[in-house]
Amino acid sequence: MPILLDQILIQTINGIVTGMILALVASGLTLIFGIMDVVNFAHGELFMLGAYVGVTTMVATGNFWIALLVATVVIALLGAVIQITTLRPLLGRDPLTTILATFGLSLVLQNYALWQFGPVARKIQEPFTGHFSLFYLDYPWYRLVIAGLSAAIIGALWLFLKFGTYGIWIRATTQDRVMASAMGIPVPWVHTAVFAIGAGMAAASGVLFGPLVGVNHAMGLDWVLKAFIVVVVGGMGNLGGSIAAAIFVSLLEAYASLWVSPAQAVIVSFVALILTLLFRPTGLFVPTPK
Amino acid sequence: MSGAASPASPLVAVEGIHTFYGKSHILHGVSLEVGRGEVVGLLGRNGVGKSTTLKTVMGLVRPSQGEVRYEGRAITGLAPHRLARLGIGYVPEDRRIFRLLTVMENLRTGLDRAGVDEGRKQALLEKVYDYFPVLADRRNQAGGTLSGGEQQMLAIARAMMLEPKIILLDEPTEGLMPRMVSQIRQIIDALHREGVAILLVEQNVPLTLEACARIYLMEKGQVRHQAAAAELRADAAVIHQYMGI
Amino acid sequence: MTAEQSTGAAPGSLVSARGGAGSPILRTEGLTVRFGGLTALNDVNVEVQRGEIRAIIGPNGAGKSTFFNCLTGVLHPTAGRILLDGKDVTGLPPNRTSQKGIARSYQITNIMPNATTLENVRIAAQSRRHSWSLLTHHRAYRDILSRAEGALAAVGLAGKADELAANLSHGEQRNLEIGIALATEPQLLCLDEPTAGMSAAETHDTMELVRRIAKALTILIVEHDMQVVMELCHRITVLHYGEVLAEGTPAEIQGNPKVMEVYLKT
Repeated sequence: MPILLDQILIQTINGIVTGMILALVASGLTLIFGIMDVVNFAHGELFMLGAYVGVTTMVATGNFWIALLVATVVIALLGAVIQITTLRPLLGRDPLTTILATFGLSLVLQNYALWQFGPVARKIQEPFTGHFSLFYLDYPWYRLVIAGLSAAIIGALWLFLKFGTYGIWIRATTQDRVMASAMGIPVPWVHTAVFAIGAGMAAASGVLFGPLVGVNHAMGLDWVLKAFIVVVVGGMGNLGGSIAAAIFVSLLEAYASLWVSPAQAVIVSFVALILTLLFRPTGLFVPTPK
Repeated sequence: MSGAASPASPLVAVEGIHTFYGKSHILHGVSLEVGRGEVVGLLGRNGVGKSTTLKTVMGLVRPSQGEVRYEGRAITGLAPHRLARLGIGYVPEDRRIFRLLTVMENLRTGLDRAGVDEGRKQALLEKVYDYFPVLADRRNQAGGTLSGGEQQMLAIARAMMLEPKIILLDEPTEGLMPRMVSQIRQIIDALHREGVAILLVEQNVPLTLEACARIYLMEKGQVRHQAAAAELRADAAVIHQYMGI
Repeated sequence: MTAEQSTGAAPGSLVSARGGAGSPILRTEGLTVRFGGLTALNDVNVEVQRGEIRAIIGPNGAGKSTFFNCLTGVLHPTAGRILLDGKDVTGLPPNRTSQKGIARSYQITNIMPNATTLENVRIAAQSRRHSWSLLTHHRAYRDILSRAEGALAAVGLAGKADELAANLSHGEQRNLEIGIALATEPQLLCLDEPTAGMSAAETHDTMELVRRIAKALTILIVEHDMQVVMELCHRITVLHYGEVLAEGTPAEIQGNPKVMEVYLKT
């Protein structure tokens, strides 16, 4: 019995750690959908490219934190360019059009990464090693730092949206794009900025997660799928919901892997998705459907 | 067209506008003008195209033919946010308050513009809270929790934050109690005293006759008649023709 | 101009000062619709005689669309009854009210743009009770086809049967909408702003169309165009804030001070 309790607690922590990274990825995704109705299938590739920029910068500077910063900024800029060239002209069209566009983009970016960096997985070195004793395990400090940092980034985003000048612009545009425009808010640029922010957040997640797995051109695929599940379960466009759902889904998977292999534990996320769509399609963590 | 004088160099001029919604031909060649500081009315029954005319001026809808000019310069097809920055304020028929933003945040969407220093922003806020004390009381409340009349006030106050030269007002008194209707009337007068031009779309005839200097009457997608308000006040038959049964 | 003057024929046999002889094709009793705190319709009692063309008018939010939605079963009334030809149809879903004989055209054109004009109408014609066989080609169902072609002819689109609906002009599309409703062979046809977005010429054509088809039907029409209302309709029901404000012939309504007050707010 006591052993099982330890395992549950360890998995809880694991679930929260993974959940926070997932939350970081999913927040960008839900923000983008909420404001411009774009389902960004290239989001996982922004995550992946962020990790690669992180790798490259680390090789050049040896400093993890600089790598994190550079990756975030570079991919945010890439996101802005993508939005202006590919997505802006498609605004207002059939949603299928943007889905196809971002899907195509994801293929382009994946293959670019393969071509640029080769098929061998790279590694990002953790900024610090070191463990503490968690029951019978040596638990790495770094994992807790990831969770903390992700929470901090999301917190900063929330503060910006709530209190920043441009935060109001973003919130107004999300609620009523047309009226926001009639109030002088430059809506096309707000869209670009939000896409860039989403991209930057995905990139940061990629760098933070990099030390835990190998960095390769296909690493985005798993994450984008999970991120979509989270966004739907949390309520599309609902930032708080995505965060709650990210942790919820990750915890479910973490607990499930006590009994089955982690590969099979993924099924739990899909079950959550299907149940949500059947019974609360607007999202589990949305107050009441309007 | 009877003899009310259109302004010599109008602030806003709409010429021969044809607007479609898909295949539905809503405006069949609408022309009108608003002079600097003028309060102009646009009357007509439901479905004649009054709101569509305002939306065309505001760039929310693109005309297939015709031109809109502001201060002599063609603005047809410009994005609404550019027009707002140029000094055109818009108060839509359904108010369109940002429901999840507070009253204050709603006002800030118009207040936070380039080139406006903190002092002027504060002064603008003070002024608007003076005009609408109820908004001052509710400044931290979410827009969606306000009553219909309060939302209408907020919609007008929000447009005033742009320090506009003209405000396009779409049926501001619809669904409001008589007491609020007279409040709206007072706001229109106050704005007029400040030199803000107003293009007032309405179905409330007495209010329009009192508040406006000149009135256009629309029917089936066209402006059919134009007259000074004074003339129309004396001529019930014309009003009856376009607004009655 | 009133209906009498423009058509030449006197619809007087259908219309008397209070409402015609014989049982009404439509009667609502105490029809009430409440959405939470909002009362959209309040105790609406309306009687429409067979063969009438009745206009439902009123300012914005008066409840006209809500009324139509109740008749066609899109909306469940909170209280009250709807009787079609004496039979209670209250609360029946739209597919059932359609089969009972209530048809409706919509304010925003509801046709299928990628089908031909004939196909659009044929689908409506098919909705009537029929026995189907998987092995029979659709062209063999002669009765459906003739019903569809008849509806097209009635709305003046017989010559455009094989034209894609998307290619029709706006006026033709709105008439197609009426044709689709006609193909279900209704007893009661509800037209929701049939002349919206039309030019004066198209409006005139639609009015002629309505006059032609009115001979075999009863028609309810929601309109804002007062000329159409005055020239076309036998009687007018004026709704205001969900209640019946006045009812009568066009002449009676024009002279009614309560109605003037509502429209002119004097």
